[in-house]
Amino acid sequence: MDNSFSAADIEFQQEVRDFFKVAYTDELRRDVEAGENHKQVMVEWQRKLNDKGWFAPDWPVEVGGTDWTPVQKFIYETERCDAGAPDVVPFGVRMVAPVIFTFGNDEQKQRFLPRILSSEDWWCQGYSEPGAGSDLAALQTKASKDGDDYIVNGAKIWTTYAQHADWIFCLVRTGNFEKRQQGISFILIDMNSEGVTVNPIHSIDNHHSLNEVVFDNVRVPQANLIGAENQGWTYAKALLAHERTSIAGVADSRRWLRDIIELAKEQTNYQGKLIDDPLFQTRLSNIEIDLMALEYMELRVLAKLSSGDTPGPESSLLKIKGTEIQQSLQELRMQTIGAYSGSLHLEHFNNDLQRLGSYSRRAYMYGRAATIYGGSNEVQRNVISKAVLGL
Amino acid sequence: MNFDYSEEQNMLKESIVRWAQDSYSFDQRLVGAESDTGFSKEHYSTFAELGWLSVPFSEEVGGYGGSVVDVAAIMEEFGKALVVEPVFPNLILFGGLLQACNDSAVKAELIPQVIDGSLMGAVAMYEPQARFDVSNISTTATETSDGYAISGVKSVVLGGAHASKLIVVARTAGGQTDEAGLSLFLVDANATGVTLNAYPLMDGQQVADIEFTNVPGQLISELNNAAPIIDEVLTLAHIALCAEAVGIMEVLNRTTVEYTKTRKQFGVAISSFQALQHRMVDTFMSYEQAKSLLVGTLCELTDERTSEQRAVKIVNALRTLIAKTGKHIGDEAIQLHGGMGLTDEMSVGHYVKRLMMINLMFGNGDFFQHQFNQAAYNS
Repeated sequence: MDNSFSAADIEFQQEVRDFFKVAYTDELRRDVEAGENHKQVMVEWQRKLNDKGWFAPDWPVEVGGTDWTPVQKFIYETERCDAGAPDVVPFGVRMVAPVIFTFGNDEQKQRFLPRILSSEDWWCQGYSEPGAGSDLAALQTKASKDGDDYIVNGAKIWTTYAQHADWIFCLVRTGNFEKRQQGISFILIDMNSEGVTVNPIHSIDNHHSLNEVVFDNVRVPQANLIGAENQGWTYAKALLAHERTSIAGVADSRRWLRDIIELAKEQTNYQGKLIDDPLFQTRLSNIEIDLMALEYMELRVLAKLSSGDTPGPESSLLKIKGTEIQQSLQELRMQTIGAYSGSLHLEHFNNDLQRLGSYSRRAYMYGRAATIYGGSNEVQRNVISKAVLGL
Repeated sequence: MNFDYSEEQNMLKESIVRWAQDSYSFDQRLVGAESDTGFSKEHYSTFAELGWLSVPFSEEVGGYGGSVVDVAAIMEEFGKALVVEPVFPNLILFGGLLQACNDSAVKAELIPQVIDGSLMGAVAMYEPQARFDVSNISTTATETSDGYAISGVKSVVLGGAHASKLIVVARTAGGQTDEAGLSLFLVDANATGVTLNAYPLMDGQQVADIEFTNVPGQLISELNNAAPIIDEVLTLAHIALCAEAVGIMEVLNRTTVEYTKTRKQFGVAISSFQALQHRMVDTFMSYEQAKSLLVGTLCELTDERTSEQRAVKIVNALRTLIAKTGKHIGDEAIQLHGGMGLTDEMSVGHYVKRLMMINLMFGNGDFFQHQFNQAAYNS
């Protein structure tokens, strides 16, 4: 047993650390934390990463990825969070791109992948529907053939940042079989097509990130079908385990915990500092101890991946525990700050604490989504129950 | 990076698994557990023959030279088999302090007897007024013309009911709760002035409260400075208990899942109910958390770069987590077995009682979380 990094890994760690120190400037940090002009700020940051060749570490080298080992990816994530730098917007680079480079044809790879790398195209995900949430296979959005095209009708929901998107990747019904999963296809739709409407959904974080996307006789070339018709479910599922591993967010949570501790050293409580309050310490350690365990759960999965195994249902465990920890940290930060955490201000702040309070409120409210998206935590429990426990 | 036991460690584990399959069924185990001594001397001799009792001791005294990882490897298997024989008090506590003490003659004489299984020893450490505070020692050792005389009362001495040698933690200087001023003494358990009040614990082990009245003792540690080696041995003891607990939790979860697949109600196996499935997923998750943090702790404790503060943090984190997950898994195992979970004929209750006992030894969850908080946050 041995948890240490190799000499090459330590060298890599230093390189990553140095990069973030220079690339993630104070100006960028201010823009990210302000939360305005989300798209513009994120595109600027992603282009910096891409210039370094680090925007798509999960991609194969030949299409613009890296040859990093799972351990190097872990190091990268840890260093990114230590620097406080934001994660990339996942829909293009982490969600649709792997489907394209794994199951798409050469023309599709050449057409879409470079524009994802350069952040020229902004993507969104069209999976859930008003009548198909956790039961995704119940989806009804229909694509019927018409000449060289499909005609798409239906609606997608909870579509994050659809208002910024140039493209949407969708699971649509192209056939009816006894097994519902069989008639589903994976297609790419240009958001500028005639008949696409984006209806904003105002969420409890008082922000606009969620949308409903309605398709009314939208014409989509059949060239935008990925892989074979009616095989879309298999493609989407193949990549879910990867998504769940990254959802655990161990490195981000570690950073949150550290920030809360620093904050609690400044906040007063009764006559002393909040950090010295035994009740507060216990709330902290309830989370920190779980996080220490989660860290080694993740490292054990990584060690398995490094020796050539594919991520199995244990990624569902990481998702459940990881999102529970994220939510408890979001709550604790609000509690640490106090009444300023109710602050709705989006533009003018009286002081830094109020700004952080407002940011914390938003993170907490939007953070409720984490135990719902990516397959709700209850669905993950079904997965483990069936695949691991054989129930 | 590698989080698996080594090939040698797996062989060691395998040998315990094979022995348990052949010789330690639930009923076979009970024969020893329900005897006067609370364990089988025959099994204990087998442990010696198979070399398991040599694992934590250095090669120069005839041991296997095992690390904390080797100790964890065997303890995890002993936990799975629910071994009631006194491996923990003899090897980890008594043997551990012998190995850490500074009397080489005593080491050379006694450790081989621990390894060959002929010597039963115990450590008389905690006192009735001290709860989990190992520094709260009022037992005194007074210098006499030919050594020391020990007087005081010790409580819940593990292995104390049948030990022939005792190591007593006694105060030679300082106030009652001072960490400084403690020393270790080797005492003959049959000496005049030793009064033994033996009794069984719920997990089957026979322990004793022991009163010492002017009992002659041989100093085997540095005078007034036993605290560091007590600390060192307690760290190993914490890991050993946690590894045992992880083994127990694995068995409890497996037994419960199997039981729900066979138990039928409303015409179907109760494992088909989602309410129960999700509870079993949660206990599985508790197990994975505990196992992962155990593995992490083993890695960090064997890494020379680990700071002392980090070591204190992670050991206390582990014990806190084991207390929490142990309670969760134990409670759910009984609940999901239904009425059968309350019967003495099922193994579940026996595993749960050992798990509960582990989480009362040398501290409980709150105690360890408090230690963690102090190491992690106090400004």
